[in-house]
Parts: sequence; structure tokens; C-alpha cells
Amino acid sequence: MHNLIKITKRADMKRSQEAIIYTVAILLSIVCAGLVLLVLGLDPVNIFRSIVEGALGTEMRIQQTLTKAIPLLITSLGIIVAFKMNFWNIGAEGQITMGAFGAALVALHVPETMPLPLVLLMMFVTAVICGAVWAFIPAIFKAKLGTNETIFTLMMNYVAIKFVTYLQYGPWIDPNGSGFPRIAQFNSNCILPKLFGVNVGWIFALVCVVFVYFFMNHTKKGYEITVVGQSVETARYAGMNISRIIIIAMLISGGLCGTVGMIQASAVEKTLVAGIANGYGFTAIITAWLSKLNPIICAFVCLAFAALLQGGTYIQISLGVSSAVAGVVQGLILFFVLGSEFFIRYKLSFGHKKEVA
Amino acid sequence: MATFLASCVVAGIPLLFATIGELLTEKAGNLNLGVEGMMLMGAALGFITAYNTSNPGLTLLAAVLAGAGGALIYAIVTVTLRANNVVTGLTLTIFGTGFSKFIGQPYLGSSVPAEVSAFFARRAIPVLGDIPFIGPIFFRQDLFTYFAYIVCILSAVYLYKTQMGLNLKAVGENTAAADASGINITLYKYIHIIVGGALCGLGGAYLSIVRIPIWQEDVVNGRGWIAVALVIFVAWNPIKAFFGSILFGGLSILGMKLQVLGLDFSQYLFDMIPYVATIIIVVFATHKKSREAQGPGDLGNNYFREER
Repeated sequence: MHNLIKITKRADMKRSQEAIIYTVAILLSIVCAGLVLLVLGLDPVNIFRSIVEGALGTEMRIQQTLTKAIPLLITSLGIIVAFKMNFWNIGAEGQITMGAFGAALVALHVPETMPLPLVLLMMFVTAVICGAVWAFIPAIFKAKLGTNETIFTLMMNYVAIKFVTYLQYGPWIDPNGSGFPRIAQFNSNCILPKLFGVNVGWIFALVCVVFVYFFMNHTKKGYEITVVGQSVETARYAGMNISRIIIIAMLISGGLCGTVGMIQASAVEKTLVAGIANGYGFTAIITAWLSKLNPIICAFVCLAFAALLQGGTYIQISLGVSSAVAGVVQGLILFFVLGSEFFIRYKLSFGHKKEVA
Repeated sequence: MATFLASCVVAGIPLLFATIGELLTEKAGNLNLGVEGMMLMGAALGFITAYNTSNPGLTLLAAVLAGAGGALIYAIVTVTLRANNVVTGLTLTIFGTGFSKFIGQPYLGSSVPAEVSAFFARRAIPVLGDIPFIGPIFFRQDLFTYFAYIVCILSAVYLYKTQMGLNLKAVGENTAAADASGINITLYKYIHIIVGGALCGLGGAYLSIVRIPIWQEDVVNGRGWIAVALVIFVAWNPIKAFFGSILFGGLSILGMKLQVLGLDFSQYLFDMIPYVATIIIVVFATHKKSREAQGPGDLGNNYFREER
């Protein structure tokens, strides 16, 4: 074989060099998104400016952006715990949906007179349990039988969504909804209060950042999860109980996603709907990956992605351009970043070296 | 009964295209979770082309190019740049979903032109269409459906009866061994990922052109994920994929049909069955440690010759 370009594995690259490659990748993805818009006959500069304005232009828009960042961040944190273990939890969408189901289970059945903190606490606990159970099912099969978790967690998403759709169109349909297939609105004692115009989920999200950071970096369990992720063999050799670690990590992962369901049902939708997870479970995989599974970086990445989502909603109203442009831009950013990682891991050298096979 | 089974076939055709597409991709060792996205891209570009040109041939071409284009991005990022399969595939789904909504927005509520609809109207195949029972179910369908049959048969012949098909199996099963035996790994992966994407695009176009000929957002509605499930359900076998698609397609309309008969079954409970069935199969496959049911050995693993 006569190769003009030789690819070799690179030793660790300097942080600054890595940062340059990522920056270039993100810039290229934005240029590429601009070209796509241009080809479709739209003015990219105007659209990008409107996205920024729509996300950060007024106090209310910033509040909207933050409201979208909450579910994205908490879900990403849940995914980070699983991904650190090399466990492909792509079932966040379903875990969020089941968390919302758990919250609704309480909200739709408690008396209107019950005090708000108590109701919210009960909703929170059931949401965590439901999200955790939904993650526990694939986890136990992975731990005991080695069942492929990618497909398992993926399928669990749709089981959850179809289940809630069934409730929404069937047993839980609002009798006062004049036939419209929806579940009754929650009572006012089930709604999360706001602080600075954003539901208090944001405080919880920040607490979660600190919790996940501390848990992963400064506790024995967190360390064990990382070891299992790097090498199951090493973990086994060190005498770790791998099944237990898998299950604990997934309970945390699913539990965190479950809280997102509660926050979205209580503060945003104010009821349970089948589309409650709204794609956050999938977008969070992207944000978790982009932040290199670092909870603190993740907070910033999620803010940026939430801004993109909010900006997309805004341009739909102001320019009549579909809000789906946010999905296009997000997709392009990740394609470029994923592609750019190649240049971090491998070195290209040009020349006529003969390959020694 | 025959009418119901004929509707099952119609409901199964988009699944069949996408399942065969994903099957070819996975045989090459790549798990592409972008099926939903590629189907949506095919559905949108197919519809837009049909609307603007009224030409059935160009419609199909646009759908093929849309799916293949999405798959090409995936192939560049995973095969050449060796990025993670799962994350790249999910990104493709997010990208494709956004892309189809975005470019389809001006067409919301528009219908497929009459010329295209007429071209894809049901036509009985002479002789075959007259076979009792079988004829009305399988051979009084539209041209798109007949094309799906051909794709299905061709892919089975290709996989089991040709040298290239055998090589492909080797690439997915053990990439390093295939490389050592002189098979051009990169070329095989690219071809099958792209052809797979093109088939997903066609599956999407069947939905937006034939099944639901008025443009609406999210016309694919999760069928891409059912296709991912089906590939496992049918154990990577195109002939089983044919029957599996009709079965899962049938499940997607069973509840409504039963309601027409006055039986009160929720469609949404039936909608769960494909996913639950796939979970059960995945669990059994690992429990029995059966090679056949577990799929290609190197599925989802990136290959780097120097790390061999």
C-alpha cells in the first residue's frame, strides 16, 4: 500500500490546541449553517442576529432561555453519570416522560387544600422513583445478562411515550375538556413557584451541577463508575462489584431525568402531555458529549443550546422562519465537533512513506 | 380479512424500506440511529419535488438523494473521522428532523399533485393480482410497493448469494479480519451506509407521497425507531424483514380497525408492542448467547488499522 497521507495516533494534545480545534469546528459549523440558509434564499446574518435577540434581547426572553436550559442541563447531568460508565443511556426521553407521569400521579390525586410544599415534595419523590425505575429496568438486564443497553434504553423511550399517550387519550382524559384529548390542568398547589421570573428548577439544576461534579470527582462511588467506564476488566480485577455500580449509576441517571419530568409537568406544561420530554432527552446527549462529560462545562453548553432553542422560537414569530432552524444548527455544530475530534486523537502526516504492515 | 391484510402491507412498506436500509448499514458494522432523520429528509425533499415538478421520477430521485445525503454526512463523520456511531446517528436524527420541518414549512397543508398521485395509484399486476386471497393483499398495490418487494428480494440475493454480500458480512462481523483479507473496508462501509440512507429516504417519501399525501410536520412519527427495532426483530434477514414490516405495520393500524368493528382497544397500547417485542428479543439474544440473534460482531465499533 502506498499512502500519501499517514494517520497515526496522537499522544495527549495541549489543552490550548484542543480549544483552538473546537473553536474552529464551531465557527465552521456556523458558516456552514449560514450557507444552508443562503442556498434556501434566506438572509443568514439577519436570522442569526434575530436568534441572539430572541434569546437574550429582553429580560423576558432571557427568562425563557433559562427555562429551556433547566431541563436540558439536568438531563445532561443524568446522562453524564451514565456515559462516564460507558453505559449508553439514550433513554432519557422516556425517563423524563415517566418522571412527569409520576409527578402527575400525585398532582391529579391530591386534594386542592393540601399545602404546596408537601405536594411538591411528594411529586418530586414519585418523579424520581418513576424515572429511576425506568432506568433500572435496562440497568438490571445489563448488569445480570449483559444485554445491549443502547437499544434497550432507546426502546424504553417509546414504551413510555405511548403509555402516556394512552393515558392522555384514554383513562386520564379530562372529562371537562369537551372531548379534546388532554389531561386536566394541575391545581395551583402543584405548580413550582418562580424566583426572578424563572421556575425554581434553576436552583435545583445548579445544585445538581455541584452534586454531580462532587459525586463523580470526590466520592468512591463516582470513582468506581469512572473506572468501570474505562475498563470493566480493571474494575473486576480491583474487586469492584460491577453489577452494583451499574445499577447505582443508572438509578442516579434515571432519577435526575425523572426530576426533569416533574419540573416540566409542574412549571411549564402545568399538566402531563405525551410530548412532555420534547426532545430534551436527545438534545441532552449532544450537550453532554460536547461538554466532554464535565458538569461545569455542561452548564455553559446547555445555556448556549437553550439560547439557540429560544432564539429559534423567536424567529418563528418575528421572521416567520421555522423554529426548526435550531435543530439544523445544533446538528451541524455537533457534526463538526465530532469530526474535529479526529484531529485531536490522530495526527496526519503527509509524505510518501511506505507503510510497514 | 384480505382488505385488512392489504392495509397492513401499505402500513408496512415504509418500515420495509427503512429496515432494509438500516440492515445493510449494520451489516457493514455501523449502527446508524439517524433512520428517523433520513426518513424525514426523504419525506420532505420528495414531497417538495413532487409539489414543484409533478414528476414521479424526480420525486423518487429527490428522496433517494436526501436519504443518501444524510447518510453521507454520517459516513464521513463515523468512517473517515471515526466518531462515535451512536452520537453521530442521533445527531443525524436531530438534524434531519429540523431540516425537514424547516424546508417543509412553506408547504404545510399542501397536497401531492394529481399527476404524482395518479402514478402511484393502486394497479393490479396481471395474473398475480388474480390469485385468490394472496393477489388482493400483495399484488393490487401501488408501484412504490412493488419496488419495495424488488428491493427486498434483491437485497436477500445480494447478501446471501454474491461474493460482495459475503464480503460485506465479513466487514461487519470482524472488520480487522476483513481488512487483512484484502477487502476495501472504507469503500464497503461508504457504499452500504449511503445505499442504506437512500432506502430510508424512500421509506420516508412513501409516507409523504402515497400514505399521507398532504404535507405535515413529523410525517414519519417514530417509524424510523421502529425500523431500528425491526432490524433486531428480524435478525438482520431481509426476507424476515418483509414479514416483520407487515406485522409491525399491521400493529400500527390494528387498534383503529378494531374500533371500527366496535371493539374498544386503544391504538396506543398496540403501538407499544413493537418496542416491547424488540426489548424481549434483545434480552433473549443475550441470554441464549445465540450468535445469529446478536447481529454483526463489530457493530458500532470504529476500525483503525494501526490499532489492530
